[in-house]
Amino acid sequence: MPEYLPPAVILIVAALLIGPTRGHVRSAIVLLAPLATLWAIWQVPNGVVLTVPFLDYQIEPVEGSEVRRLFATIFAIMAFAGGLFSFRQARWYELAAANAYAAGAVGVSFAGDLITLFLFWELMALFSTVIVWAGGTPAARAAGIRYAVMHLVGGVILKVGIEGTVVHTGSIDIMPVLATNFDTWMMLIGILINAAAPPVSAWLADAYPESSPTGSVFLSAFTTKTAVLALILLFPGEPVLIWVGIYMVMYGIIYALLENDARRILAYSIVNQVGFMVCAVGIGTQMALNGAAAHAFAHIIYKALLFMSAGVVVYRTGKSRCTDLGGLFRTMPLTTVCGIIGALAISSFPLTSGFTTKSMISDAAASEHLVVVWYLLAAASAGVFLHAGIKFPWFVFFQKDSGLRPKDAPWNMGAAMVLFAVLCIGLGIYPQPLYELLPYPVDYVPYKAGKVLFYLQLLLFSGLAFFLLLPLMQRTRTISLDTDWIWRVALYRVAYGVGAAAREAGDLLAGAVDRIRGDIARYGRRHLGAGETGEDRGVFAQAWPIGLTALWIAVLLIAYVVVYLL
Amino acid sequence: MSRQRQRDHWLARPENIRRIWRGFWAVLALTVAAQFFIPVKGHFVVDGWPAFGAIFGFFSCLAMVVAAKALGYSLKREEDYYLEGGYLEDREQQDA
Repeated sequence: MPEYLPPAVILIVAALLIGPTRGHVRSAIVLLAPLATLWAIWQVPNGVVLTVPFLDYQIEPVEGSEVRRLFATIFAIMAFAGGLFSFRQARWYELAAANAYAAGAVGVSFAGDLITLFLFWELMALFSTVIVWAGGTPAARAAGIRYAVMHLVGGVILKVGIEGTVVHTGSIDIMPVLATNFDTWMMLIGILINAAAPPVSAWLADAYPESSPTGSVFLSAFTTKTAVLALILLFPGEPVLIWVGIYMVMYGIIYALLENDARRILAYSIVNQVGFMVCAVGIGTQMALNGAAAHAFAHIIYKALLFMSAGVVVYRTGKSRCTDLGGLFRTMPLTTVCGIIGALAISSFPLTSGFTTKSMISDAAASEHLVVVWYLLAAASAGVFLHAGIKFPWFVFFQKDSGLRPKDAPWNMGAAMVLFAVLCIGLGIYPQPLYELLPYPVDYVPYKAGKVLFYLQLLLFSGLAFFLLLPLMQRTRTISLDTDWIWRVALYRVAYGVGAAAREAGDLLAGAVDRIRGDIARYGRRHLGAGETGEDRGVFAQAWPIGLTALWIAVLLIAYVVVYLL
Repeated sequence: MSRQRQRDHWLARPENIRRIWRGFWAVLALTVAAQFFIPVKGHFVVDGWPAFGAIFGFFSCLAMVVAAKALGYSLKREEDYYLEGGYLEDREQQDA
């Protein structure tokens, strides 16, 4: 009997029990399993606490450390709040899949070796796909298939990297490396696919908004943030990540500005926020890694809060396009206020959790004298306020009066939103408890008068820019092309073209074969064929007169005698 | 609308929107003016200059909105763009 139960097991058992149970028992499982997991997470001390022999390897399903506990903690909190948000509305299989998905995230957090990491990684891929499918529409089904293909391909690439590393180093341990050879590059690429890094960022905004109003809350939290944790554990200080992160930050802003669907705006802003974390892992100093971990923690809370408020809107109105929404603040005050708090937090407004965590990343860039990176991150902070901080609440809850008068959130959805809104503000005012959980010692003072003033100027004038530039941002009923166009349309057309060309070539070939066959038949008939009448017969099939034959024999005999005599 | 028109939510009334705008301008002016009393210690020289945050924030946003707008001309498509691609499941959907 192992001394420590892997915390993920609790969630897996819960996922299995959700199907057969009903009513209050099921609700209790959905709400209590994450809390039990949270308790189990805090029983795990530092170091490897469980080893299991597997083939020739000692796998380590549970290894504790500060950063692992931090991520597992926020995943368990997220599973609880997501369960609270959805247990009365979501279908049972969505809740079960969400628990299994969260189990995957917690499992990755404590994975002490690459084999365990990979197994939980795939668990996440499988059950997140189920959550996308739980959207229930034909579009969700199609998006779920594209999502699954992308993550299975990512898993294969990660697996190639892991196999190579294990074969070449002989070790399955998770330890910091740099992308220097084929194996490590494959691992890095496999992880970055889950982080929605370029060039495949499109999977995120393709799949998440097709899920159910409750499903997108779960989806927003786990996959990309486990990828950030994997990067912190495996690739801290990998320089290429700085620019991958900057690209993601800018990509998220530009696409969110073009987007009309409210949940898709939030999906793009996940890519944007994960870009900040990826960039911080690339910087790789203790302060930067602290910043990445703290920002992931805060981000899961406010992003889930934003998806909750959008989810309530979709749940109540059935609409998610900005062109269909507007003016909802009249009848949905709680959802509006919670959405605005989430929006302020993601914009790292002072007194919110975004400010006390994201500014660590900017300051880490500054203390490494990364001038260009610092200015780009500052510009991106302004851009976050633009696309998520104002655009989302403005177009959903204000702008024009759409005439919609939906009811406010059901009590459990409201309670989940209030819980996370309180955490957003709480961590903004008093971040010390979070700082104490960070992997490295923190002597960081988030609030300095000059810094607060700088960010207030930056953000408020971004707000001014938004309202002055509103005519440029009128929503249109459009989607934006992304790199997924390559495999959704271009490759499809190529495949279709190749198919058509093959068909054409096949037809030509079949025609030629037919012609040749006809020619042979005609030729044979002409020379050998026994026709209906004597005149129709081929040359060699005709009946020749006997006299002519005798004549030919005489000629041949004479020829023979002549040849013999010579 | 023969009867007295029901008053809209206070946030939606034009006179209040004007008040909010005036308040917003005042706060904006205040954040810039406050820099005379609270020095902003810049990391890289320029970012400590007066009103740098304001100008940088405004023009970053302007640049991003214009960039998005420009990209939009080539990237935006009708919502049913991918439905015309001829996928099997989308055809089912169109037939339905």
